[in-house]
Amino acid sequence: MFLLLPFDSLIVNLLGISLTVLFTLLLVFIIVPAIFGVSFGIRKLYMKTLLKIFAWATLRMERGAKEKNHQLYKPYTNGIIAKDPTSLEEEIKEIRRSGSSKALDNTPELALSDIFYFCRKGMETIMDDEVTKRFSAEELESWNLLSRTNYNFQYISLRLTVLWGLGVLIRYCFLLPLRIALAFTGISLLVVGTTVVGYLPNGRFKEFMSKHVHLMCYRICVRALTAIITYHDRENRPRNGGICVANHTSPIDVIILASDGYYAMVGQVHGGLMGVIQRAMVKACPHVWFERSEVKDRHLVAKRLTEHVQDKSKLPILIFPEGTCINNTSVMMFKKGSFEIGATVYPVAIKYDPQFGDAFWNSSKYGMVTYLLRMMTSWAIVCSVWYLPPMTREGDEDAVQFANRVKSAIARQGGLVDLLWDGGLKREKVKDTFKEEQQKLYSKMIVGNHEDRSRS
Amino acid sequence: MGSRSSHAAVIPDVDSIRRETGFSQASLIRLHHRFRALDRNKKGYLSRIDLQQIGALAVNPLGDRIIESFLPNGSQQVDFPGFVRVLAHFRPVEDEDTDLDPKKPEPLNSRRNKLHYAFQLYDLDRDGKISRHEMLQVLRLMVGVQVTEEQLENIADRTVQEADEDGDGAVSFLEFTKSLEKMDVEQKMSIRILK
Repeated sequence: MFLLLPFDSLIVNLLGISLTVLFTLLLVFIIVPAIFGVSFGIRKLYMKTLLKIFAWATLRMERGAKEKNHQLYKPYTNGIIAKDPTSLEEEIKEIRRSGSSKALDNTPELALSDIFYFCRKGMETIMDDEVTKRFSAEELESWNLLSRTNYNFQYISLRLTVLWGLGVLIRYCFLLPLRIALAFTGISLLVVGTTVVGYLPNGRFKEFMSKHVHLMCYRICVRALTAIITYHDRENRPRNGGICVANHTSPIDVIILASDGYYAMVGQVHGGLMGVIQRAMVKACPHVWFERSEVKDRHLVAKRLTEHVQDKSKLPILIFPEGTCINNTSVMMFKKGSFEIGATVYPVAIKYDPQFGDAFWNSSKYGMVTYLLRMMTSWAIVCSVWYLPPMTREGDEDAVQFANRVKSAIARQGGLVDLLWDGGLKREKVKDTFKEEQQKLYSKMIVGNHEDRSRS
Repeated sequence: MGSRSSHAAVIPDVDSIRRETGFSQASLIRLHHRFRALDRNKKGYLSRIDLQQIGALAVNPLGDRIIESFLPNGSQQVDFPGFVRVLAHFRPVEDEDTDLDPKKPEPLNSRRNKLHYAFQLYDLDRDGKISRHEMLQVLRLMVGVQVTEEQLENIADRTVQEADEDGDGAVSFLEFTKSLEKMDVEQKMSIRILK
């Protein structure tokens, strides 16, 4: 310990200098571009380098697998079982035809074999159904050097392990502190900035300042996550008096969209840090925050949203109609509430590239803080955002049909599977009305035959 | 994020399950993966609620009966071997199954066992016969409220009469098998697991 004494002041000096250099670099390369909305292209370069490394890693693993003569890829995402897309009527008719020795017009109303159709369909859903797999993260086809995505990748040589170790070092010791520092800066600037802007008198200057404070802070947060976003069709960006709807994968969606446009947020009032942010933001421009008790009252919610969109000076609302986070391989049922309001809808499709870091928030598995830490220790968040042309409800459509139309457009653009199921199935059971549909179809078959028989 | 890899080593008694059900190791790994995905609270077994939460199963008119078929003899939970044992009935019949060793027990996916599985969906009290009452109950499940009681009784009567050969007013397993002898059970009651 005594030996350290002469080096003490040297170390302190070095530390001081390196910290200053670090902060200057931070300022110049990250914060200043964020303020002005320009980019040096550092993140894109980073992404390209990572892709090259992943390609190399995959080659090594393929080679390792070939040596041992095993299969490397296990693509579960296409479903475990082979399914035939035939309807209830077709299949039951076919089953009866194959089983019955009598002529078709003498078939009994109920064949003992009808049960086989429901039986097999039921068993198929137990083996593999469309919904359950949407609530767990998408499985990658090749490894991206994160231990969290290492499912079946066993052929990891020494070189790969070293590379992985290096990756851990870089991510946890360099990137993570950097990102936390940026996030901290971003959030505090947001709170302070919006509070300050709140004191300005209402007018064009206040709006201008508010817009730029919001944008600047969201851009810093984007850099805090190393999010590399590609925006498409920016001419379709939402305008005042409209509603922006997007598919929901994680809370980060908000940051991604808000860093490219100026929106009014909608949500529940939270406590803690979120609450502080919410209260500060609403001072600068009118966001729509609901108390917990108000959220249950659908009419109240609809009324406030309608009032907001009718005022053309107010910003477009940002809403996620799925109501819950889905794993970005599909789009689930849109709740019709936002489509009943009658404003122009601006659909937005967001598709993440899971190779650099999976952005899906599995809220039953991870809390918010764990989730954010996982985000900040991934390589990067890479996504594409498509702004789709605005849509309005047509005369003969009801809200549900309109919602489905918008949903299909988003699914098509993002390359996601369009599902009719409700995201709420994550937690609740399905409604009985769907069962009645199947029962109706089957009844028509057997009762219809019965009537034919009594006529003949 | 995702689930830990399902290696064969993680599945308990994998060899005896493989012998009993005839599933390949790869298929068992996939089914184990699926079992773990359904077992939301990581209990190690599936309860009725876990199966009821599958949306597409809940809308199947026979959903509850199928769930019952997994829960053996009044127990409220099913473990992985039990789960796979039921699914084994739906394994497609392959060539190696047809040359049967008379000493070995009949494979779970034989025609007879497939028919027996379907028979059990009708035979609610497991007495080996489908009575007219049981037929009516299953029919009622399949049509819901769309058909009147009278029409349903007529249909049930007709169906039991057609299959009933010894005139005891119920359909035994033998009669059931006979009336379906022409049906391609092997194909209709098979689900192919993708490689």
